[in-house]
Amino acid sequence: MRYIRPLSIEDAVGQLAGAAGPAAILAGGSDLLVRMKGGFVEPDLIVDIKLIDGLSEIRETAEGFSVGATVPCAALRENAPLKKAWPGVVEAASLIGSKQVQGRCTMAGNLCNASPAADSVPALVAAGAQALIVGPGGKRTIPVEAVPTGPGKTSLARGEIVEAILLPKRAARSGDAYLRFIPRTEMDIAVVSAGVNLTLDEQGVVTAARVALGAAAPTVLLVEEAAEALIGRKLDEAALERLATVCAGACRPIDDKRGTIEFRRKVAGVLARRAAITAYERAGGK
Amino acid sequence: MAGVAVSTTINGDNYEYLCQPDETLLDVLRDRLGLTGAKEGCGTGDCGACSVILDNRLVCSCLVLGAEAEGRTIETVEGMAQGDQLHTLQQKFLEHAALQCGICTPGFLIAAKDLLAKNPDPSEEEIRFGLAGNLCRCTGYDKIVRAVQDAATVMKGA
Repeated sequence: MRYIRPLSIEDAVGQLAGAAGPAAILAGGSDLLVRMKGGFVEPDLIVDIKLIDGLSEIRETAEGFSVGATVPCAALRENAPLKKAWPGVVEAASLIGSKQVQGRCTMAGNLCNASPAADSVPALVAAGAQALIVGPGGKRTIPVEAVPTGPGKTSLARGEIVEAILLPKRAARSGDAYLRFIPRTEMDIAVVSAGVNLTLDEQGVVTAARVALGAAAPTVLLVEEAAEALIGRKLDEAALERLATVCAGACRPIDDKRGTIEFRRKVAGVLARRAAITAYERAGGK
Repeated sequence: MAGVAVSTTINGDNYEYLCQPDETLLDVLRDRLGLTGAKEGCGTGDCGACSVILDNRLVCSCLVLGAEAEGRTIETVEGMAQGDQLHTLQQKFLEHAALQCGICTPGFLIAAKDLLAKNPDPSEEEIRFGLAGNLCRCTGYDKIVRAVQDAATVMKGA
């Protein structure tokens, strides 16, 4: 096995694309090292991308925020403008693992690990975040929900790296929130989760909404019908009831000891409803 | 297999070592450098017994490659006491009997040091959340939390 630390993204892409055997990208390593230890992956080449210029930065741009691939989740909540604009995304990323894991884990890694229960992903999907991907063919930008294709699988081609997660510029009167259910208070993996992102008009009527569910299907679900249940309304009881019903119906969850299908469906609706109320309040709605 | 040459700073001292590309920082600390304070509990980032501070961030050294330490700054439990003078946290762990078998203790001490450096006046809840990545199967945590609270009080007054 070889370990390299390229200084440019072009070099990293070239090394990954040209590798003869299995190659792995190392950012925070909180998934990769566990999988190596368990014998689930045996890379011949590890490409540590942490020395590449710019990848460890959170940048506020005219288009919104760009969170580099190697930014540890602990750094997200230390960034006041990001936290103010996207509190739901930051609270979701802050739920990954322990304090120790927070010091290493990244949102790009959480996305590319492609777990349906990844905490930051439903919040990113609800936020309308994009993944900036660089590869042998150049750069492309795709919605984050197009990256995972199933548990542990992504749409990334050989040699491609997620360089940054792009969060759009915030419209006025907007708010987002993320909630998950776990059987203990911290350090666990979501049994089911929900992310909601809302924009309101001056009267408090929802003008734009995105609702995403985690651990409810092989990939994170963007539930468009749930957004439709909220748009044009003031988050009244009928709208919330409809949201919960639609979310429960959209789930295609697994049935295991951590939660039955029936339980996951019900809790998905409850969490979506509660996350919508928090997002609404954060957007300034009353 | 050729080793990776690494130069790093641990507890203020420069260390140079050769390690294998897949060797963890925990294995380097324990087996190559004789710094056996950090312990291996799970080896998968769940128990926190191997906690160290890497460039001012608390991490599990079992989830860091030894090769990644190049040019970085590491603090381990060995750096907490100054000669025979124990760190306040170490003293308070003794006074409150916040350890039994001791395997988790170095990780708790480093995690508590990091916690108090970033939040000198934590609430009990903040301490419990802050130390949730460290598992102890002996004490039931209450004594550890009290030791950290007491240490915080002393350190604020210092």
